[in-house]
Amino acid sequence: MKTFKLGGVHPAANKLSAKAPIEVAAVPAVVAIPMAQNLGAPSKAIVAKGDKVKVGTPIGEPGGFVSSFVHSSVSGTVDKVDVVEDPTGKKVPAVFIKVEGDEWLENIDRSKDIKREITLTKEEIIAKVKEMGIVGMGGATFPTQVKLMPPPTAKPQCVIINGVECEPYLTSDHALMLAHPEEICIGVQILEKAMGVNKAYIGIEANKPDAIQLLTETAKKGFPEIEIVPLKLKYPQGGEKQLINAVIGAEVPSGGLPIATGALVQNVGTAFAVYEAVQKNKPLIERIVTVTGKSVAKPSNFLARIGVPIQQLIEAAGGVPEDTGKIISGGPMMGKAMPDTNSYMVKGCSGILVMKNEEARRKEASPCIRCAKCVHACPMGLQPNFLAKFAEKDMLDKCEEERIYDCIECGSCSFSCPANRPLLDWIRQGKPKVMGILRARAAEAKAKAEAAKAAAAAK
Amino acid sequence: MNKLNVSLSPHVHSGNSTQKCMLQVIIALCPALLWSFYQFGLGAIIVTLTSVCACVLFEFLIQKFVLKVTPSITDLSAVLTGLLLAFNVPSNLPVWIIIIGALVAIGIGKMSFGGLGQNIFNPALVGRVFLLVAYPVQMTTWPVEAGYFDVATGATPLSLITQLVNGASGVSLESLGEAFLGTTAGSMGEDSALLLLLGGCYMLYKKTITWEIPVATLASAFVFACLFYGFEDIPGVSNWNIIMQQFLGGGLFLGAIFMATDYVTSPMNPRSQLIYGGCIGFLTMVIRRYGAYPEGMSFAILIMNAFVPLLNSYVKPKRFGVVKK
Amino acid sequence: MNVILLALGVLGVLGAVGSLVLYFVSKKFYVYEDPRVGQVEEVLPGANCGGCGFPGCHGMADACVKERDASNSLGSLLCPVGGSDCMAKVAGILGVEAGAAEPKLAVVRCNGNLECRPKLSNYDGVKSCAVAASTFAGETGCAFGCLGLGDCVRACTFDAIHMNAITGLPEVDEEKCVACGACAKACPKLVIEIRKKNAAKTPAVKRVWVSCINKDKGGVARKACASACIGCGKCEKTCKFEAITIANNLAYIDPEKCKACGMCVAECPTGAIHCTTAVQTIVEKLKAKKAADAAKAKEEAAKKAAEAAAAKAAEAAAKVAEAPAAPKADQPQ
Repeated sequence: MKTFKLGGVHPAANKLSAKAPIEVAAVPAVVAIPMAQNLGAPSKAIVAKGDKVKVGTPIGEPGGFVSSFVHSSVSGTVDKVDVVEDPTGKKVPAVFIKVEGDEWLENIDRSKDIKREITLTKEEIIAKVKEMGIVGMGGATFPTQVKLMPPPTAKPQCVIINGVECEPYLTSDHALMLAHPEEICIGVQILEKAMGVNKAYIGIEANKPDAIQLLTETAKKGFPEIEIVPLKLKYPQGGEKQLINAVIGAEVPSGGLPIATGALVQNVGTAFAVYEAVQKNKPLIERIVTVTGKSVAKPSNFLARIGVPIQQLIEAAGGVPEDTGKIISGGPMMGKAMPDTNSYMVKGCSGILVMKNEEARRKEASPCIRCAKCVHACPMGLQPNFLAKFAEKDMLDKCEEERIYDCIECGSCSFSCPANRPLLDWIRQGKPKVMGILRARAAEAKAKAEAAKAAAAAK
Repeated sequence: MNKLNVSLSPHVHSGNSTQKCMLQVIIALCPALLWSFYQFGLGAIIVTLTSVCACVLFEFLIQKFVLKVTPSITDLSAVLTGLLLAFNVPSNLPVWIIIIGALVAIGIGKMSFGGLGQNIFNPALVGRVFLLVAYPVQMTTWPVEAGYFDVATGATPLSLITQLVNGASGVSLESLGEAFLGTTAGSMGEDSALLLLLGGCYMLYKKTITWEIPVATLASAFVFACLFYGFEDIPGVSNWNIIMQQFLGGGLFLGAIFMATDYVTSPMNPRSQLIYGGCIGFLTMVIRRYGAYPEGMSFAILIMNAFVPLLNSYVKPKRFGVVKK
Repeated sequence: MNVILLALGVLGVLGAVGSLVLYFVSKKFYVYEDPRVGQVEEVLPGANCGGCGFPGCHGMADACVKERDASNSLGSLLCPVGGSDCMAKVAGILGVEAGAAEPKLAVVRCNGNLECRPKLSNYDGVKSCAVAASTFAGETGCAFGCLGLGDCVRACTFDAIHMNAITGLPEVDEEKCVACGACAKACPKLVIEIRKKNAAKTPAVKRVWVSCINKDKGGVARKACASACIGCGKCEKTCKFEAITIANNLAYIDPEKCKACGMCVAECPTGAIHCTTAVQTIVEKLKAKKAADAAKAKEEAAKKAAEAAAAKAAEAAAKVAEAPAAPKADQPQ
């Protein structure tokens, strides 16, 4: 079985909600839809207090090139445009909507029929994806339309769909693959058409044999160019670079875009959202979210509207247990710990993980014994122990020499450290600083080249 | 509800700890330790107990009263140092010499650099080499039978080879099987290549160590043993016998599997580990063949320990997405 | 004998060759440096704190010499550690007049101690403000204030800032602080500001500042912290020197304009405006006066009310006496 070559770790899978069916979460009386739901520039609210909205009405427009539309997930009246806490407690603008009934925009096809024919052209697909506010559903929330428009020098060859779900605990992608295999395959074909390629792989880790079997059968029935690739269990297989390496063996060049290998990577959730946007005209207003944890009464997979309070979802899974020590938005390896449960559902939220106090607390760090377990665990071939030390001491030139900018922040180093050293905490401090230096240097070099060019032209 | 904890990801941990790593090495040493108890009897037990207790005690005292930090003897690193020191000395060594060795190992080899994780040289080897230089007679008197007081002693196969190569006559070597199983004279723990190998396999299985250092060390030692001893005309014994005695005998297996792989004093990525192991094997054979000591492993490891910082800063691991032009 | 001679000879020749090589290398690679740079560096404190904005004292000395040659003065260069004494020495070496520099110091602009700003969550990561700030908004409801993990304390090379275990906030030692700005640079929340040490020319240090940087709306800020600036604007109205401005629900006192009169301190409803002890005594007086005024006003009001009541009673009595009476339209209530 295939897997990526360098490093990797094996955290306990703990897929507690793997057998749970997808439940539709109740629509609350008020939803708050944050305007910062994508990587890049936040969206700008285009509604005001008192406006009537239906399900699917755009309420936010892109605030830049790398940005996306936001749609109302309920029907009702805009209550206010205020701020809410994002999962890390920072305040972000959001639109509050009082729910009245459940009225959808007329042009959204709500029927259960599967629409097989792809009638739109390449350009129309990309425009549609943008209009429907589709972002990467794996957690990175990169606006999908931007990814579908690679630089002209790139030569796309295939689409790789990420059904790996290597994060422990999370099962939302798994549940989606079991529920909508055909829709996902059509979504993949739409992505192929948008990229102008005729080959697609769906990478799925071997701990989901039912999904592998179901998708293989579906692909056999009418999607001959889609290949299902079972992958050996290893974290971080769901990382874009690692997945490309595992599936087609290519390595994304350091500092380059993944498309340089000819592969476009999208999450299964994104493929499904693209299907719904292009074939059903449905904006991204809901997603599957796993609410799980060892102490949670009923680990579940919910189909929840964007803007639903997180607290409500946890209540629906049995409430916050008494000995809870940490609540995480996302998975345990890369998710964000939340200081409270006052935030709201966003497009990138694939799971809510409730951890017991004793499993959540970090152990005290002891001296580094130079065992090199972090070096062996790093999927990018870095030496995290040195990086962490250099970043802690603010030795940025050494950080650059050790390629801190290649770090994908997967957490394998901190996970495997026997001395419990918070390696990634420090690396995360140094990385943006070095990136800033690199950008400044590039900008300077560009300005210099342009000045030289201008001088040459003047002569 | 409690106050929620907040930290950066990852929020889970492998559960590994310094203590567990050390414990795995100690478990891996057990077969060879038990064998030495069987073979050398009371002496081996006295030496081991003294060495371990002295190392732990010195670590505790130095941390508490000299460095004034919370003693961390529960991480088992001092126990391991004590065990390895015991493995590297003859089983009839007087107790007071062992205590001096432990003091040098912990006090000079480890604590003077700042404690666990800071030392440049393998503490057990620092202790051993100090004893070898300071008490050469006691350190090279090898018992050949069980017991501690007034036991019969003999020469190790390696010192016999040195004598042979230098033209001595009337010296006979034991068979290869004995060297492999460990019934020859020698330091306490270096006797049985088989049991050491077993411990090594356990550590590889538990992922305590990686294969690079032991394999590189053993392979290069074998190659250079062939080169150094293969073409010489030594009367009374076959070249092959000498090569295999060199390979299986002495501290080579103990060094390659347990001493060179010491976390703190070995390099940190597979490439530099291969270079490090290769150099240790080479230096060992150079010292054995051309040096004054029949044994070269300790010196070879200590010399290469000194090069570890250099290896760390010049040899980088294989990077993802970087293609050499 | 021969052996000794040989050894001596070899060593002698080696030494001679070596010294020749060294001689030529030092000639060939000699770098000229203005001797004044060395002299200036001598009088600088040598702490290499970087508070002047140059990389260490050597950089500062170099800059002083360059500035002297360019403008025949020391310009705005100031060693915050050595202060004006040190700069006078530098000026003496370079033969120019030293400008008068104003003493400054680091001021912590957060008063969210554990009591008025309760912790809502528990930070479990590396004990570093920079890391905590990148993790989340903070353990308390306030996303602006001090995180209390002591990056400023670690940044200080003069042992001039310490954490107070009771309040959980850093405190600046006025005697030791040299206003090098290392703590202000280390603080990821920009809580620390380098301000003028003394607003007046008096020996007693007079200084007034807003000890809060919360930009949330009043209600939100107050909910998070009992001593937050809520941007109510009372201080702005009170200030006679136009030193106080309110922007983004937050008051700021301009140290250049502030005369440390203490009026605003007395006026602040949440106690967000802080001052030194010298000002505090004035504030106490102001507050006492204010309280007295208030009591007086109250008394007067009571008196008035009593009078009014008496009048009313009298009127009512009169009314009873000469009914039917006129409507009592403009009776004070």
